[in-house]
Amino acid sequence: MIFATVGTQLPFDRLLSALDGWASANPDVPVIAQTGQTRTPFSHLQCQAHLDQDGFAAMMAQAKVIVAHAGMGTILSAAEAGKPLILMPRRAAFGEHRNDHQLATAAEMAVLSNVTVIEDAADLAPALQDALAGGETVQPRLPAIASAPLLDALKAFIWNEDSRPIRSSRAIGSGVRA
Amino acid sequence: MFPRRSPRRPTRILAVSSGGGHWVQMLRLRPAFAGAEVHFASVAPSSAAMVAPAPFHLFPDANKEQPLRLILTALRLAVIVARVRPDVVISTGAAGGYLAIRIARLTGARTMFIDSIANARELSVSARLSKGVADRVLSQWPGVARTHGTEFCGAVI
Repeated sequence: MIFATVGTQLPFDRLLSALDGWASANPDVPVIAQTGQTRTPFSHLQCQAHLDQDGFAAMMAQAKVIVAHAGMGTILSAAEAGKPLILMPRRAAFGEHRNDHQLATAAEMAVLSNVTVIEDAADLAPALQDALAGGETVQPRLPAIASAPLLDALKAFIWNEDSRPIRSSRAIGSGVRA
Repeated sequence: MFPRRSPRRPTRILAVSSGGGHWVQMLRLRPAFAGAEVHFASVAPSSAAMVAPAPFHLFPDANKEQPLRLILTALRLAVIVARVRPDVVISTGAAGGYLAIRIARLTGARTMFIDSIANARELSVSARLSKGVADRVLSQWPGVARTHGTEFCGAVI
């Protein structure tokens, strides 16, 4: 099964249409899609506008390949599940997002071993064939915790009562803690 | 209202994030919260089970293109902050995280905004707004931290 997700907010028909085309040519592979806000029908996909956390986790666990926009929730979840992930970044020029930050996200996340980045619809079919041909290759799973330096910085901030910086004189009530 | 700590009460953290990637990044920070009393606040009811038995508070999601919804978000977060009375507020964005920090700052809580790892080139609007308000603003990319005068202390991966 292929699981596609484009988040739950803005439509991303460029990716879903490409996937719908692929699914019509490959009817033996079921494709389930979390489509978000779209008015376009995709007759070869099993569409749901919005999955809750349990539903999303179940799809991630069952899918052989994930196809998605370059959203961090999907990228981190797929990496934690060790699943191959094909990313197509949303583009502001096509009205797919408010800005082009997904281009940068995708470019940076391409270093993850499970990630393949595609730029447009024409690249989807070859990327899918490659990912499906990957067969039994199990991707290494990303540990579901932040890096040690970030956790250490956070712990130091939480447990050091003196970590309020110089600016604190501006805060109402800062004297109360003294 | 001011969270003066009694020696008997553990440090109380309010962890605030929007949905999607903001929430997944917050989940990855949980090991740093060990030993504290942690309350989570986010936008999807089904997220509560992922952090149970920790208390979970729901607020309406909004972005800067939805001014009326943003007011509802701020009001709801004000109620959450008043009820939880956190010593520390940690946010992984976005708009709701900034608003929670702004509100919690008035109560004397220490506050940290961690910008999403998705923002690899530019700081988010919420992080920029948090710069004058939060005690600490972190970017997860050293280049962004340099350009925007925030801190870099590593990333969620």
